[in-house]
Amino acid sequence: MPTVFTLDDLRRILREGSGETDDLDGDILDLEFESLGYESLALLETTSRIEREFGVVLDDEAVAGAATPRALVELVNTQLVAAPQAG
Amino acid sequence: MSPARRRVVITGVGVLAPGGVGVKNFWQLLADGRTATRRISLFDPSPFRSQVAAEVDFDPELAGLSPQQVRRMDRAAQFAVVAAREAVADSGLEFAALAAERTGVTIGTAVGATMGLDQEYRTVSDGGRLDLVDHTYAVPHLYGYLVPSSFATEVAWAVGAEGPCTVVSTGCTSGLDAVGHAAQVLREGAAEVMVAGATDAPISPITVACFDAIKATTPRNDDPQHASRPFDASRNGFVLGEGAAVFVLEELTSAQRRGARIYAEVAGHASRSNAFHMTGLRPDGREMAEAIRVALDEARVAGTDVDYINAHGSGTKQNDRHETAAFKRSLGEHAYRTPVSSIKSMVGHSLGAIGSIEIAASVLALTNDVVPPTANLHTADPECDLDYVPLTARDHRVDVVLSVGSGFGGFQSAMVLTDPFRWRA
Amino acid sequence: MSRAVVTGLGVAAPTGLGVERYWAATIAGHRGIRRLTRFDPSSYPAGLAGEIEGFDAAEHLPSRLLPQTDRMTRIALVSADWALADAGVRPEELAEYDGSVITASHSGGFEFGQNELRALWNRGGQYVSAYQSFAWFYAVNSGQISIRNGLRGPCSVVVSDTAGGLDALAQARREIRRGTRLVISGAVDASLCPWGWVAQLAGGRLSTADDPAGAYLPFDARARGHVPGEGGALLVIEDERHAVERSAPRIYGEIAGHASTMDPAPGVDRPPGLRRAIELALDDAGLAPPEIDVVFADAAGLPDLDRAEADAINQVFGAGGVPVTAPKTATGRLYSGAGPLDVAAALLALRDGVIPPTIGSSPAADYALDLVTRTRAVPLRAALVLARGVGGFNSAVVVRPFDPGTDRATRNRVTGTE
Repeated sequence: MPTVFTLDDLRRILREGSGETDDLDGDILDLEFESLGYESLALLETTSRIEREFGVVLDDEAVAGAATPRALVELVNTQLVAAPQAG
Repeated sequence: MSPARRRVVITGVGVLAPGGVGVKNFWQLLADGRTATRRISLFDPSPFRSQVAAEVDFDPELAGLSPQQVRRMDRAAQFAVVAAREAVADSGLEFAALAAERTGVTIGTAVGATMGLDQEYRTVSDGGRLDLVDHTYAVPHLYGYLVPSSFATEVAWAVGAEGPCTVVSTGCTSGLDAVGHAAQVLREGAAEVMVAGATDAPISPITVACFDAIKATTPRNDDPQHASRPFDASRNGFVLGEGAAVFVLEELTSAQRRGARIYAEVAGHASRSNAFHMTGLRPDGREMAEAIRVALDEARVAGTDVDYINAHGSGTKQNDRHETAAFKRSLGEHAYRTPVSSIKSMVGHSLGAIGSIEIAASVLALTNDVVPPTANLHTADPECDLDYVPLTARDHRVDVVLSVGSGFGGFQSAMVLTDPFRWRA
Repeated sequence: MSRAVVTGLGVAAPTGLGVERYWAATIAGHRGIRRLTRFDPSSYPAGLAGEIEGFDAAEHLPSRLLPQTDRMTRIALVSADWALADAGVRPEELAEYDGSVITASHSGGFEFGQNELRALWNRGGQYVSAYQSFAWFYAVNSGQISIRNGLRGPCSVVVSDTAGGLDALAQARREIRRGTRLVISGAVDASLCPWGWVAQLAGGRLSTADDPAGAYLPFDARARGHVPGEGGALLVIEDERHAVERSAPRIYGEIAGHASTMDPAPGVDRPPGLRRAIELALDDAGLAPPEIDVVFADAAGLPDLDRAEADAINQVFGAGGVPVTAPKTATGRLYSGAGPLDVAAALLALRDGVIPPTIGSSPAADYALDLVTRTRAVPLRAALVLARGVGGFNSAVVVRPFDPGTDRATRNRVTGTE
């Protein structure tokens, strides 16, 4: 199980689960998901894929509060540190 | 000068809802403000996020279905046939004496034979292991699960209908739209009697999993009886339900001629789409308000004449605010003076079926002059500031009911039901 | 009462993508049926289908839509785009609630559903897609087309097995009479996946032949079932006044009549309902049988059902009294999509004065039908389209060319646009 979650991981998971948008390869760290073209459903799909792949459990409200890629990447990494998975 | 519009009335009601089979049990549950939500018993829900549902205690053979009917029909089709039989018996119509060609059927369903498909997929795929699923393990009636028009066929066969028959499937507004469709068919003169309503039996692992995935259903698993909390500040998703309601619809004057009991007039129905999002709602309630406006207009009823609003009230954060906004937008100040309630607090959200079950509740509110309550509503969401009839049913004269629905795909529907004798008789 | 006219066609068929490619292939009698390539059919008793070739959704649709849509929804979204373009309609120019979408569905997004069922049972509930809650359900095409094009009028979905596509057109006409100006209507279906295949096999009507030329032979003594296919048609249906006012580039014709009926329950000794559906649809159109110049048959390809359809046609039109054709012999039966595709073909037949052929069948004499097996050039005044569904559904639609009537302003505007 990976121990670090990167922006590129997020890009890949967004692409796989919700499709490409024009700006995904640009400097997106502090852009809001909404303005990138990913609405609530896309974020639910993304969260679910992150949880499965990285073995973390993300709190619903914390995810809802993470409006940008930077916030979501930080949130996932906080969980990865807090609950390291065996194996 | 166009001829007088044909007026469509409900002369028979059949309901099969959580908490009780039959109209009488259903109304008693609502009038008592009891809830029929519980931990899922139809399968082991432990692996799932949401483990509660409103289930119907249903024995198809006790309900009068033959062993062959039970074998070939999905649970949702069984519900529809049982409810249709109750409605027909209630109507007093001698179906054997009716012209079969002049009798039609419209059945609503959102998810068809999901339960049967889920079970059969598991078998033919050997628990999901086979990509090339094995046809030698398929049941012979699997095609009837594939295409939910089999529900309309089963009801047509049960009541002897050979006129226009179809299924309407507009997600969670199916139950309103199916009855609206049937009323239109009657007005056009393509049938004299329509047997119309809706059914769904979605409490299966695939449905529970798909609503888990979007966190639409409540995770309040430790307190199933109080899990469905429309308009309450603590609501956190809907509770899945199941059931059916079916009606006999006919034209007013012919119903009067035969001395039928007339429950209500289907005075107006309209549907609009939000063209916004498959699952999301814009907070302003604009399209639902437009559907309400058009339905009232068709019924020739002013917004201020509405005595009771039977809400969609699913208990998701966004829905309850959305429709509160829609009521204010369409009825203005009158929205604050009108009792609004959600029976989903008691019988859950049975997807396509619930619109028809809510029509049944509306019709019974009209005939009993009682408004059913919103159960589990202790502290209203500050953004939901109407009179939601918390906890206890209320005696209240009801001549005009507005019932609304909202569904995935963006569908927003409204129906106006009136007492044709007391309302501008 | 305002008439409902067809001003745009969006066609996706195994014989061609787009109206003109489909029509050219249909007139030429090309066959779009072949051995399945989408999955390996060798373990199943039936292995032929009408697959759409060369459809690349990513060429036509934003990437964001792809993970949330079944194949049939993608084809439907693109067909709707083509229909609107053909009609010269920019949906954003319509007034807020003037446009809607009314489709038929057969089995929803069944392939999408198959994948999610596999995820559920093979890996667990947490592997089920966030899009499953709507991607497979019957209302998905109406919802997605509505969203893509901002159409906010009265949208709906009907399901009556293979008859449903015609019932959707009837519902569109109903809403136009109630005041909607424009409806995208019809159906596109596709469930060519193993799970869909097994469910269709259970229906007992699939042809088990190996030879594409001999597999689907309606009204032939060798008839042995049908070959399924994917695709269908979406039509732009408008209030005639709206079409004329906006100077629509063309009006293919009018949805002049419709009726639907149900067969009696098994064991009930009463006649089947197709004849009544035909008679009622003709009545609705105000036409007598001699005014119908071609019938597009349901063409089940099973002896009993072919017999019932031939009897109904002959009872209304007299034995051999009207040309009958089944261009779906080239595409396979497209379920809900079949009826709207036949309506599209009927409108093109009216336009060009040509009846497309039924390919492969050698008509059995005892059906006493004038079955058109070679393309026939003949002026056509009106066409009848038939569709039946498993469970007893019968549906009939009458189309005829649009007659602008005696109003001079209307006539000039219509004739001036062609």
